[in-house]
Amino acid sequence: MRLDTLTNSIGEWLRGTGPDSDIVMSSRVRLARNLAQFPFVSRATEQDRADTERVLRERIAAVPVGRELDYIDVGHLEEIDRRFLVERQLISREHADAQGARGVAIDRLEQVSLMINEEDHLRIQCLHSGLDLHGAWEQIKVVDDQIERAVSYAFHPRWGYLTACPTNVGTGIRVSVMLHLPALVITRQIDKVFRSLHKISLAVRGLYGEGSQAMGDFYQISNQTTLGRTEDELVQQVADVVPVLIDYERRARDFLVRETQQNVHDQVSRAYGILRTAQTISNEETMQLLSRVRMGVLLGLIGDVKLSDINSLLIRTQPAHLQKLRGGDEDSSDDIERARYLRRHFEGGDSPSRATAN
Amino acid sequence: MIQSSSPGTVCAGERTGRTCGDAMKCQQCDNPAVFHITELEAGNVREVHLCEEHARVYLNQSEGGDGGDPGEPGAVEGKGQKGGGLSGPLGVGQTAEDLAVLDKRCCDMCGITFFEFRNQGRLGCPHDYLQFEKELDPLIANIHGATEHTGRRPSRPVPEGVDAGSGTDGLTAIIGLRRGMKEAISREDYESAKESRDAIRGIEDAWTPPAKAGEENA
Repeated sequence: MRLDTLTNSIGEWLRGTGPDSDIVMSSRVRLARNLAQFPFVSRATEQDRADTERVLRERIAAVPVGRELDYIDVGHLEEIDRRFLVERQLISREHADAQGARGVAIDRLEQVSLMINEEDHLRIQCLHSGLDLHGAWEQIKVVDDQIERAVSYAFHPRWGYLTACPTNVGTGIRVSVMLHLPALVITRQIDKVFRSLHKISLAVRGLYGEGSQAMGDFYQISNQTTLGRTEDELVQQVADVVPVLIDYERRARDFLVRETQQNVHDQVSRAYGILRTAQTISNEETMQLLSRVRMGVLLGLIGDVKLSDINSLLIRTQPAHLQKLRGGDEDSSDDIERARYLRRHFEGGDSPSRATAN
Repeated sequence: MIQSSSPGTVCAGERTGRTCGDAMKCQQCDNPAVFHITELEAGNVREVHLCEEHARVYLNQSEGGDGGDPGEPGAVEGKGQKGGGLSGPLGVGQTAEDLAVLDKRCCDMCGITFFEFRNQGRLGCPHDYLQFEKELDPLIANIHGATEHTGRRPSRPVPEGVDAGSGTDGLTAIIGLRRGMKEAISREDYESAKESRDAIRGIEDAWTPPAKAGEENA
């Protein structure tokens, strides 16, 4: 498949629909699996990796997983294309930066992604828009069952599915939601929320955060343990906490509107103004301002901007996307090109999803 | 043993900057303890005192973790979140001699030593879970708060004559045979190499899914 075709589309998970999509950007389930007859990837020889990649690629192609899949040979991609796939959440950074034979099979909606030779031989991911953990879980079960018909996953009755890192052993499942929590950040309640999440074994991470800093008020909540509970219980563990977080964020948004409306309106309008007029702008500032504008749209403070447009811009203003969108033009810097892209988008002339902004 | 972070606890490794007092020794060997690490566990504070070498191993293990998932790039809360439990097998309380012996033990299939695992935080092959079961047991209990899988199981039956209790370990034996075959070839012992090759084929044939399994619904 040609990656250029992806450049002009957005993944299903970005369409900004689905239950509670004002706060829950996406729901994701992934399973870690390994073939029993090969060493784990970090111990594998070049030949082992090539054999693992071939066996998985061929066998996956031979079973119906409910979706038509395209296979991308990540090992032979240019660096920019690998980064592009990372920005779209189709592969991990580790997979992009790894060595040797590896690939990813994805469906056209970009809901299903099968990474071959990541930390484990196979990482299956299903990504849905909005709060739809159970939908993602039901879908991934089908994919997992079908692949299992064609390969022997490493399994032990006591330990469950055997993984390269003991932190994933057992179910091999990671269940996560990506939440947009700007009001909890503004009202400085976010740290308290994180502390409570840790107490119940949930991890918090940022979206596109470099190192320790989350960017743009986007946070991913996921389970930490994978052994001793069933997959359904682990899905439910994350599913149970999301309504609570949604409620906190909604209450914080109500508070902002009620108590500090002028202030919030000013913040949102300024963010929108900068995005529409800046001549040079960093990735980090863009994420932060898009987050504010997204909240403004949801609070009814900005009209005429679609949620899916904001979601799409969050991805399209990332470095590899910008570079692919601008083609071979290497003359301008990323920040200048990003500002130019944003201005064109908000002027209504350059939105692939037909900007309705004014 | 260090009973480090139980699941769900915040495990924030932190160097206090204290210099070693006159009497404090590393909890793992007789060298002076120069690192004093404070672990926060569900409101409890626990201190670990280690020499430079063991501290490096300890902190390295604490930073092990999930590996990559798409869109899971940066941990907001940073180190210790997932890998905190990996400090389990360090075995404070065991003598340096015990650890030295343990570190040299290696997997019959992939050849990884326990020392290599401790340093990398990644196992070498599925057989490691059996080979190092005794050592992994407390570690996994630390990470997950459990040592028994209760989730989904493969629906495909194991081949006839294979003990279901060993899971897919019979198939994983191929990894060791393949290694043996290579070694035999390198020392020009072609008879052994051929035996290994035949054994590999036998296992592969027994474990190969019925030829049409994947194609019935294709």
